[in-house]
Amino acid sequence: MGVTSKLGNLGVVTTTLDTAVNWARTGAMWPLLFGLACCAIEYMATQASNYDLSRFGMELNRATPRQADLLIVSGRVTRKMAPVVRQLYDQMAEPKWVISMGDCASCGGVYNNYAVVQGVDEIIPVDVYVAGCPPRPEQLLHGILTLHEKVRGERVADWA
Amino acid sequence: MQIPPPLDPADALQRALPAALLDTHSFRGETTLIIAREHIVAACRFMRDTPGLVYNFLSDISAVDYYPEYSRPERFGVSYHLYSMLYNRRLRLKVFVPEEEPEVDTVTGVWPGANWLEREIYDMMGITFVGHPDLRRLLMPADWDGHPHRRDYPLGYEQVQFSFNAEEIMKHKPFAKE
Repeated sequence: MGVTSKLGNLGVVTTTLDTAVNWARTGAMWPLLFGLACCAIEYMATQASNYDLSRFGMELNRATPRQADLLIVSGRVTRKMAPVVRQLYDQMAEPKWVISMGDCASCGGVYNNYAVVQGVDEIIPVDVYVAGCPPRPEQLLHGILTLHEKVRGERVADWA
Repeated sequence: MQIPPPLDPADALQRALPAALLDTHSFRGETTLIIAREHIVAACRFMRDTPGLVYNFLSDISAVDYYPEYSRPERFGVSYHLYSMLYNRRLRLKVFVPEEEPEVDTVTGVWPGANWLEREIYDMMGITFVGHPDLRRLLMPADWDGHPHRRDYPLGYEQVQFSFNAEEIMKHKPFAKE
């Protein structure tokens, strides 16, 4: 369907409910305004105009977990911070997804000691892991697009 | 205003509080006075208030654990790093604290800024500051067990996964439930 026919009478487009819902979910997946360490700096760079997350409908960082769909754990999670991260995750409304950004959030990274949780997957379920210390914005974008792929494969009936 | 000439801190303390001063040593221009544990508050107050010394600023308090084999008289050492804004010079007071009774009197009455410094040492080293107004943990969570900077505290690290043992470690890894 080209531009010219769009300008005219659109008529009716048929699709499946899954495709329509997943199109909406991937098109406006609002992340939580939340950063833990130096990965958050790369996350900010991803948001800024050079990489421009608003191309993927993610220009809005919600400052409350009630309105957020995506939790990007950007940085090492200390044992003191772990209850807070878990509470933020619990406060997010379904459907919700989690990206573990960077080595520290994924497996503890270089912080192999008593004070740091060895991977945020010990406290919350993670959908996509992004490697890197810290990951470049391209890597985070790849993680987000990987998550979009995953969401497109989901079925609405599975959430019910 | 006439500023009195600077005094030698070891001499002055020896004259005023002979029971407090146990030893002195000097290394690369840094003076350290070893103070008897029960006299640390009196020694700090003397260093702050005596004309000619006026160590009016407490830079830091730190603690050392000499475990397991130590040539020092006791297991723990607590260092008070003082600075005189008037004479632009520094001084270190040090007390040794035994393992079986890890207690020092608080110097919050001399410098209120000692409050958080002593809380950090209590948190990390488990040295109790007697008379402290609010001795809670500063860095670790309130329900934490043990004191992490003690040298007999386990590091608690995880075994590193390589290709030959990744499966085995994965079995014991605690994953979150939905």
